Amino acid sequence: MRSLASICVVIFALIVVWYLSAFVLNTPWAMDKAKRAGIEISSKELILDTWSQEKPKLPAPHQVGLEIWKTTVEKKITSKRSLIFHSWITLSSTLVGFLIGTSLGILLAIGIVHNNAMNMSIMPWAIASQTIPILAIAPMIIVVLNSIGVQGLLPKAIISSYLCFFPVVVGMVKGLRSPDKIDKDLMHTYNATNFQKFWKLRLPTSMPFLFASLKVGISASLVGAIVGELPTGAVRGLGARLLAGSYYGQTIQIWSALIMAAMLAAVLVGILALLQRFTLNRMGMT
Amino acid sequence: MSPKIFAKSLDLTFSTNDGPVHALKDVNLDINEGDFVSFIGPSGCGKTTFLRVLADLEKPTGGKVQINGVSPTDARKSRAYGYVFQAPGLYPWRTIGKNIKLPLEIIGLSKQEQNDRVERVLRLVDLQDFENKFPWQLSGGMQQRASIARALAFDADILLMDEPFGALDEIVRDHLNEQLLDLWRTTSKTICFVTHSIPEAVYLSTKIVVMSPRPGRIIDVIESTLPNERPLDIRESSEFIAIAQRVREGLRSGHSYE
Repeated sequence: MRSLASICVVIFALIVVWYLSAFVLNTPWAMDKAKRAGIEISSKELILDTWSQEKPKLPAPHQVGLEIWKTTVEKKITSKRSLIFHSWITLSSTLVGFLIGTSLGILLAIGIVHNNAMNMSIMPWAIASQTIPILAIAPMIIVVLNSIGVQGLLPKAIISSYLCFFPVVVGMVKGLRSPDKIDKDLMHTYNATNFQKFWKLRLPTSMPFLFASLKVGISASLVGAIVGELPTGAVRGLGARLLAGSYYGQTIQIWSALIMAAMLAAVLVGILALLQRFTLNRMGMT
Repeated sequence: MSPKIFAKSLDLTFSTNDGPVHALKDVNLDINEGDFVSFIGPSGCGKTTFLRVLADLEKPTGGKVQINGVSPTDARKSRAYGYVFQAPGLYPWRTIGKNIKLPLEIIGLSKQEQNDRVERVLRLVDLQDFENKFPWQLSGGMQQRASIARALAFDADILLMDEPFGALDEIVRDHLNEQLLDLWRTTSKTICFVTHSIPEAVYLSTKIVVMSPRPGRIIDVIESTLPNERPLDIRESSEFIAIAQRVREGLRSGHSYE
């Protein structure tokens, strides 16, 4: 109950700051309009104007809320103007990218933990891969894949997985190495095989680490999918909405796509959190 | 009869940043089948290290050691011993029953055989109602009993125990000591038991190995004259006190205060 109250207070404070910022940022344009029309506006009119412009510098919360309402509930899902349609496009490549990225990340982590050559050689490359701006490499991936005939969802998914595999590798290497000495000694006295050590000790011990990295990974995947839509002139997806919005100065559209992406990320992370609680509960590790 | 375990001029030196540490120096020892051997000494005397050498968890740097006539590595591979650590070392995501099954799964026993053994060893350590509980739901003493049950389920005829009751209070410890003696008598296993409690060592053992640190070495080996049947109040007998006295003297002579 108390946590709910504190969440509400924070949200309320954010909304207040948002309305104030909208007023400050949109005031010059409102004054400009009034000056050109040669009229004096009262401060009440000024405030209302800053919160209801068509192309504001910063749209007010209710404008964004209304836009989201209009493009979700009031539009058919199949419509090109439905935000749900665009979210689904982005979500599908996010999920495929997440699947590829986490599988790759877990496999690399297993290799790094079990093989010294991989341990020495993979990590530097993994770190280097993350220092390259994704915006720079995304068009390359699209172009290269397109030239071998791969287009559509997969190139975006690969950009997603490029961002997503890294936190999974780092988290899982740490997790697979986290068993205590005594637990490993025990396995040694049983003369367990490497596979048995992995399956019965390393993997269960790494579970809390796995879920932490999955949560980071899925939000990275979503960012990757959106970024993958930006440089490709995509016409579908949240990234395409952002791009189209910025071409035509449709700030309300941009913000509604941003909020939608944020909500999508929250839902995805929330699902993983539930899965984590369920799994760790069943493992008696709460 | 050849000894079950023997060590001849065994040396083990750890190299550390502060130079070499002589964990074991010129250790000679014979342990016969069915012996209950306690290793006692101050910390750093190498008693745990010796046990770990037997378990193939440390490699000696010199000398010879054999278990059942083979090297520790081969003994480990033939699963000749069960090991009980200082901490229970139960896997938190496994129930007590599943923890006991862990070595049995690794050996590859049938489900039926696994269940039979779990039931039997849980009865031996008096934990039959706790098979489906997770470790954190048990007290420290119960957890340690579960870890002994796990070593017993393995059913090797050597049991290596590294201060298994060190972290437990006196009352629980007495109780577990009694149970352990019972187990030893009924199963006729060879047990190596590390402790730093003189009464515990004298009460349990047929043979007491007194050790001393820097370098880790054996000071005295005492063959106990106590009968195999040992009620707790044997600890007040003059025989018991005499053995305890000899252990204490051994410890004192080996302890230098320079």
